[in-house]
Amino acid sequence: MIAHAIVFYIFSLIAIVSAIMVTVSKNTVNSVFFLILDFISISCLFIMIGAEFLGMIMLIVYVGAVAVLFLFVVMMLNVAQQKNEWFNSSGRSSHIPVGLLVSIIIFFELIIVIGGWKYKPELLDSIAIEINTELTNTQSLGGVIYTDYIHLFQLSGMILLVAMIGAIVLTFRQRSGVKRQSYFKQISRDRKDGIELVDVENNKGVKIDA
Amino acid sequence: MLSIGLGHYLTLSAIIFTIGIVGIFLNRKNIIVILMSIELILLAVNINLVSFSIFINDLSGQVFTLFILTVAAAEAAIGLAIIVVYYRNSGTIRVEEIDRLKG
Repeated sequence: MIAHAIVFYIFSLIAIVSAIMVTVSKNTVNSVFFLILDFISISCLFIMIGAEFLGMIMLIVYVGAVAVLFLFVVMMLNVAQQKNEWFNSSGRSSHIPVGLLVSIIIFFELIIVIGGWKYKPELLDSIAIEINTELTNTQSLGGVIYTDYIHLFQLSGMILLVAMIGAIVLTFRQRSGVKRQSYFKQISRDRKDGIELVDVENNKGVKIDA
Repeated sequence: MLSIGLGHYLTLSAIIFTIGIVGIFLNRKNIIVILMSIELILLAVNINLVSFSIFINDLSGQVFTLFILTVAAAEAAIGLAIIVVYYRNSGTIRVEEIDRLKG
């Protein structure tokens, strides 16, 4: 029990500190690194609490794909030198006190909700899918996703497909002055477009017009 | 204090959620950091769902966390693509200078 508590406090402390560093740190590349640290510590918490599959998926998807994507864009756009200095923004805007006020209010609202809620009495009847302790977490999730939630699962695959096509279409650009292969032209070429048969007279040769 | 319950996880998630919101509100320079703050907020929501799912012994919370993960990945990809295109067209992604919509 004590070990559980110690591990929880260590990982949540790392998560909170690195979340603060994501928003505060001056260099955007450092922000991405702290984001990665945050994801890793939260996924450790997930594994500890008993949701191993989600913890691992979190590592793969967030650390392996999303954070690397962020790092890619940050380094490609050359904004690493563009300092992230929100605390000394140029005059006229009074967003800092207002933003701080609103966030503090939101935090206290959340704390009030956490302090005061109760389970509803008929909760035990309304549990949709009870966790089977004999199966592993991955097995039980797989049993649910591919049966009860199959349509949502397919829909999320569709979302990923649309996102992929959207990202490609958004960033695609046709450069002028670059020679490219045109498959359509290549395939639809006819014999008489390419070859011309001429009768060659003696001692005169053929005039080739370009 | 030593027995970790649902409240601990909810508090952790509330703190991370608030940090994400602070990041969105106070950041005026770099729009990529705003996207990262959105990722933090989604992470906080995931913590909430997973901890409730474990503590009331109901698997559907974890299923929905999986779907949130999918949507978050798609959103990051599209958002970064938009940022790349904007940077190519206007040469800046500073939040203060993005005023094309005159908002």
